[in-house]
Amino acid sequence: MLKLSKGEQMFNILIYGLLAILGIITLYPFWNAGVVSLNAGSDTAMGGVTFWPRAFTLDNYKLVFEDGRIAHGFLITIFRVVAGTGLSVAFTSLLAYGLSKNHIMFHKFYMFFCIATMFFSGGLIPSFVLMKELHLNNTFWVMVIPFIINVYNMIIFRTFFRELPVGLEESAKIDGCSSFGTFVRIVVPVSGPVFATLTLFTAVFHWNDWFTASIYINKAQLMPVSSILQQILNSNLATEMLASQTGGNAAAINAANQAQTVSSKSLSMATMLVASLPIMLVYPFLQKYFVKGVLVGSIKG
Amino acid sequence: MNTKLKGGIRRLKSEWDIHLMIWPGILLLFVFCYLPMYGVLIAFKDYNLYRGFADSPWVGLKHFRMFFHSPDFWMIMRNTLVVSLLKLLISFPAPIILALMLNEVRKIAFKRVIQTVSYLPHFMSWVIVGGFVISMLSVDNGSINILLMKLHLIDEPVNWLSKPSYFWGILIGSNVWKDIGFSSIVYLAAIAGIDPHLYEAAAMDGAGRFRQIRSITLPSIMPVILIFLILAIGNVLNAGFEDILILTNNGVNAIVRDVSDVIDTYVYRTGIQTQRYSYASAVGLFKSVISVGLLIGANRLSRRFGQSLW
Repeated sequence: MLKLSKGEQMFNILIYGLLAILGIITLYPFWNAGVVSLNAGSDTAMGGVTFWPRAFTLDNYKLVFEDGRIAHGFLITIFRVVAGTGLSVAFTSLLAYGLSKNHIMFHKFYMFFCIATMFFSGGLIPSFVLMKELHLNNTFWVMVIPFIINVYNMIIFRTFFRELPVGLEESAKIDGCSSFGTFVRIVVPVSGPVFATLTLFTAVFHWNDWFTASIYINKAQLMPVSSILQQILNSNLATEMLASQTGGNAAAINAANQAQTVSSKSLSMATMLVASLPIMLVYPFLQKYFVKGVLVGSIKG
Repeated sequence: MNTKLKGGIRRLKSEWDIHLMIWPGILLLFVFCYLPMYGVLIAFKDYNLYRGFADSPWVGLKHFRMFFHSPDFWMIMRNTLVVSLLKLLISFPAPIILALMLNEVRKIAFKRVIQTVSYLPHFMSWVIVGGFVISMLSVDNGSINILLMKLHLIDEPVNWLSKPSYFWGILIGSNVWKDIGFSSIVYLAAIAGIDPHLYEAAAMDGAGRFRQIRSITLPSIMPVILIFLILAIGNVLNAGFEDILILTNNGVNAIVRDVSDVIDTYVYRTGIQTQRYSYASAVGLFKSVISVGLLIGANRLSRRFGQSLW
């Protein structure tokens, strides 16, 4: 081991120190949310809960699972993730496979047609009006169908398919496979990593997206959990604002908190953690796929 | 001519199954991307839902004029530009600095842990991040207030979220918190591609670690930085949307609106919440046109440095 100079040592301490602080700042909100969610709501309202629960309870989690609205929201989210991800990966990869064949007619036109959508869009309002005119608003499918084709993912798929050895498909063709058969039986099985990456990205998008449902859906029985959570947070934020309008004195804040029994802070933290748990659980295992996906996308995109 | 046509038909016949794979995708893009592009014409009409798209009367540039003369115009433009510039000044270089620091870490395990931890918030939705922000900054139980009180920096809890003067800081801070790690991935990959001999040679010449960062690492990843900078400049009018909506109660919170309303949230508020579809479309179209112009301009500029997006 080389002996480090004074300057090098200082440099190391500074870097390790700053990175450790970043790590703590990143993790603390998760930790604190966990602590608050395990603390009794009435106790949380008195303030001061930071690193450790003061009045430990599992009631908040019990409430989350017993609350019909939230449980139903999870169901909708799961349907949405399954349908949205399945359809999107299937149709986007199919499109990408077709477009990976450079020699076909209209190839240039097809590519331009796809790429142009990355630079131009009608924007929020024309899309909103379109969904209304197609009578897609207030249906489950408004959260699925518009997201089936993702051009960005298509480019990643296409890049991957084009790098596959040509011989692989030739032999399948000679054995009498149709193009579709070749895709399903030969190409898909050897493209595991890219399918894993993009399935994950798509699933995370569908799991997290709250905005689509918040503008297109106003039926309670179709709300995904992310949108329900957003409504809960809205009411929490509103409480903070209320506190500010009444002059910010402690009595008014406490009164506001006590009035707010259903969506108390502890309960909303529990909902938040339950809603983000699936992602946190799969994340460590799939991190390398995520990283790979970003790199492929940024090189070609 | 006739033979050419026949040849084309024969070619189509032999590859029809490939076209069949492409058409569903093309059709979906046509409906959900191209129809709205055509639908943007409602910016030049007085659209209302009952009359429908075709029967609404044309009104020319009325809605654009209304927007330019509205008292909101300058406030919206100022907020959009300020938030964007703050993001460009702070959120843009932050991941570069993180990548440079991570690259100096020699203990692989430590580096791994920091990377894993710092990527995590990227996968949380803005709803979750917003929940954390509200919880951290809350008056009665927020950890930030508790910490500052313990350090005797403030005497009583501050209501951070309802003071307009803090809004930009909170917005940028939560953006950095969410994406600093994930955005550093591309820079780390660029750094990994640098020839290690360069560092050895520099060390022989007596260059310290700071000097090596400045003279080798930074210049080597400059092309990547430049590409992302161009993209960021093209995005200057996309100051933020989800993040701002979440932190302002879906845009309903009027207390901080003077500093929080940017073009996109204004489109959302006027279009979806108050249903002035044509007016909001006009504002959105105004933004798109300038954005495309900015992207082309930024790309031209970068060609001078030998970089280009296309």
